[in-house]
Amino acid sequence: MSDETPKPDELFGKIDYRTPAKGWMDTPVNIRKGMYCYASNPKSVKNLGLPNARAWNPLEDDWKLPENWQQILHEGFKERLDKFRSIKIFMDICVRCGACADKCHFFIGTGDPKNMPVLRAELLRSIYRNDFTPTGKIFGRLAGARPMTLEVLKEWWYYLFQCSECRRCSVYCPYGIDTAEITIFGRELLNLIGLNIDWIATPVSNCYNTGNHLGIQPHAFKDMLNFFVEDIEEITGIHVEPQYNKKGADILFITPSGDVFADPGTYTCMGYMLLFHYLKEKYGLDVTWSTYASEGGNFGFFTSHETMKRLNAKMYNEARRLGVKWILGGECGHMWRVISQYMDTMNGPADFLETPVNPITGTRFENAASTKMVHIAEFTADLIRHGKLELDPGRNDNKIISFHDSCNPSRGMGMFDEPRYVIKNVANNFYDMPANTIREQTFCCGSGSGLNAGEDMELRMAGGLPRANAVKHVHETYGVNMLACVCAIDRAALPTSMEYWVPDVDVTGVHELVANALILPGEQDRTTDLRGEPLPGMEDADEG
Amino acid sequence: MNKYYMSSLLAVFALAAVAYFGSMGLPWLFGILLPYAAVVVFVLGFARKVMGWARSPVPFRITTTSGQQQSLPWIQQARIDNPSSTVGVIVRMALEVLTFRSLFRNTRMKLHDGGKFSYNLEIFLWVGALAFHYAFLTTLVRHTRFFFEPTPLCIQFLENADSFFRFEIIYDFIQFGLPGIYVSGLVLFAAAVYLFLRRLFVSNVRYISLASDYFPLFLIIGIAFTGILMRYFTKVDITAIKELTMGLITLKALTFQVPEGISALFYIHLFFVSVLLVYFPFSKLMHMGGVFLSPTRNMTGNTRQVRHTNPWNPPVKVHTYEAYEDEYREKMIEAGLPVEKMPEPKVEKPTEEEKKE
Ligand code: HEM
Ligand code: SF4
Ligand code: SF4
Repeated sequence: MSDETPKPDELFGKIDYRTPAKGWMDTPVNIRKGMYCYASNPKSVKNLGLPNARAWNPLEDDWKLPENWQQILHEGFKERLDKFRSIKIFMDICVRCGACADKCHFFIGTGDPKNMPVLRAELLRSIYRNDFTPTGKIFGRLAGARPMTLEVLKEWWYYLFQCSECRRCSVYCPYGIDTAEITIFGRELLNLIGLNIDWIATPVSNCYNTGNHLGIQPHAFKDMLNFFVEDIEEITGIHVEPQYNKKGADILFITPSGDVFADPGTYTCMGYMLLFHYLKEKYGLDVTWSTYASEGGNFGFFTSHETMKRLNAKMYNEARRLGVKWILGGECGHMWRVISQYMDTMNGPADFLETPVNPITGTRFENAASTKMVHIAEFTADLIRHGKLELDPGRNDNKIISFHDSCNPSRGMGMFDEPRYVIKNVANNFYDMPANTIREQTFCCGSGSGLNAGEDMELRMAGGLPRANAVKHVHETYGVNMLACVCAIDRAALPTSMEYWVPDVDVTGVHELVANALILPGEQDRTTDLRGEPLPGMEDADEG
Repeated sequence: MNKYYMSSLLAVFALAAVAYFGSMGLPWLFGILLPYAAVVVFVLGFARKVMGWARSPVPFRITTTSGQQQSLPWIQQARIDNPSSTVGVIVRMALEVLTFRSLFRNTRMKLHDGGKFSYNLEIFLWVGALAFHYAFLTTLVRHTRFFFEPTPLCIQFLENADSFFRFEIIYDFIQFGLPGIYVSGLVLFAAAVYLFLRRLFVSNVRYISLASDYFPLFLIIGIAFTGILMRYFTKVDITAIKELTMGLITLKALTFQVPEGISALFYIHLFFVSVLLVYFPFSKLMHMGGVFLSPTRNMTGNTRQVRHTNPWNPPVKVHTYEAYEDEYREKMIEAGLPVEKMPEPKVEKPTEEEKKE
């Protein structure tokens, strides 16, 4: 964390919920260091063939926009109103009741009124009224309309990249107005004139070329998993053999590349590998990884619908090429939002795959009958329910666990009970956070939708506050020291946010916990968990 | 933000003045022509707006998932809050429209000393909105008695249920002075005033409010207020008014003959209603139609089970596996990864290094 990021107390002290005396239309945007992400690298923008690749700096006056940027935005707006009923309706019917106002973690953490979801949307609505409605044209400001200016554009950019598209606000809206969709739409417009951020554009460009956000080339991908093979062997005495690009395997497994790359996601990755090994030894399950579709995540989703589709296409293409029966997806948030809300529509129908059946239990995953893609928490829950895994939950006894419902699997699909069922079966100490902060009301980690860069740390910590505050509550009440989640961005973002707000809490993926508890045939006496930390009761054992 | 509600308030007063003075000279305009025009604008405007929404497709199935998805058979699904069946969606929509289900979830965030946040249930907006809408509906339905002769039985029932207070009159001469008191009118007035005060005093809500939020509230307060005045405080000639309204509904009013003896107060009331009707299709009041078409709520959340199609799904440029393998083939072979195409055996031209050897 950079030295410029305020200390937790300072950040807390900055929060001020009093509204300014001046109206929001009269308050110009103040682009502040620590609250925004760097502009995109022109190379990445060019590689993707997106408009207006150039170097630019948000802090400078001149954003090097195309001559006719207003016209591009106006026409882009119009085109999308004709393409998305949701946007059209959301532009028209908000009554500004304010039910959504205090639901956004960025508002709670910053007190900035333009982070109230309703005002975030009004930033766009004010232009919509001006450009497309008779009342806006006649009554102007009185009807909440204003013309598009450079000031307004900068405000759009600043606040559309202070929304993590988490959908919490939409749960409370009487009409289901989804500000996340409005942000997605707004960012797509900004992309038309080349206003992106580098933390999104460069991963997208990498993913397009090499198959994953980090730009890991095929041989390196294998090398990285091989490191885990060695670690696993050291800890368990078992030699696992992941398969790559294998034609005719039963199942193609896709997970975000973050799990291959950085702790603590790597332990989750080791967890998958151990689980697949176990299932292969015991039941002959044939799972393959792919180096081409080596990214579950999809930062294209944070760019435009088109870019999302381009990146997502790899999943079905690879499944078809390899001739697998169906696809299994790892623990990732926005990857699952894309799978659940877009994939089949964009890149389906996946009629070359079979309706997923767990060959071990015989369970047909009816809820995935069309996408043909099953979440690994659903898969493992099914295995446990049928008694197919031999488990020793006691190995997780030194972990007092709570579960963070990541926004995407929560409000992008509604997966709440499966991961909880898994955790409760592989560990003995589980405590949920307070009811209004979990499940469909869960708070975002604060860094979702491509905002987990280094330079916007203050924003991320402010946005992470509501989540961290609830964790702190269970930490103080039940001694929770481990926060489980099913999202790779969480595993990258929450450790920082925990270190900042609740330093004694660590972050884990669910399948790390599974693998800790999983009793492998022929394993050595384990003395440590996957992190190399002593198992409960083994604190004094010799480090063989 | 004062200017926002002051301008709306002034606008409503100005409208009242227009009706007051206008109706003196041009009663047919305010009693007949404008109401007709308003109804036409309302109906056409409403239809146009809804058809405009309906014309745009729903490219993706993005629903609000306010509960457990349909999953493994032994996991209890939230069938209404995250419906995967049409029945679930119908129940969800009914609950949204009839009971404002989502608004009932509302919480209020509070930061306590000691740095803890709480998010407790906040039902006042829900209570106020529900009271407002049901009172509005009841008042509206009750008013249909002005358009039927004789008053239908069901309307009479509603009136009886709505009026909590009716003296049995002994003295003939005060009989008209103490009609039953309708709960709905008073609740409508009170709820609208509450919604206004909420906008004024809850600082977040004041900050987001526009003139177009205050205007309809003032207009409705005005309608309720003039209605209450006419019913309980000033004497209006009900017979003449009913003659006018019956004329309107039977189109006999097209002769533009206005019955005598209708007070200015009534014209103000009627003019407010006409303005509301005209304003309706061009404003946020269209949430009445929009709530039914909102894609996040009126669709089943079963995208993974049933494919949703997008009419404009455009083809995109993708980085194919073939191109990928072409780019990395050597490295893949070296790493022992399977490839589709083995490289062409190279025509044995010695490389620089080999030459040296
Ligand atoms: C069906 C679901 C509906 C919901 C959930 C709903 C909800 C709301 C809410 C929350 C407000 C805002 C109150 C405020 O803070 O000012 C409002 C205002 C209003 N609604 Fe509805 N409404 C619905 C249907 C309708 C219908 C069918 C009508 C038909 C007349 C209607 C007419 C109005 C009017 C006239 C206002 C008040 C004016 C204003 O506040 O600007 N609503 N509604
Ligand atoms: S809850 Fe919905 S209607 Fe109310 S202010 Fe927010 S977006 Fe608008
Ligand atoms: S989607 Fe999430 S981050 Fe965006 S406005 Fe709504 S609550 Fe805030």
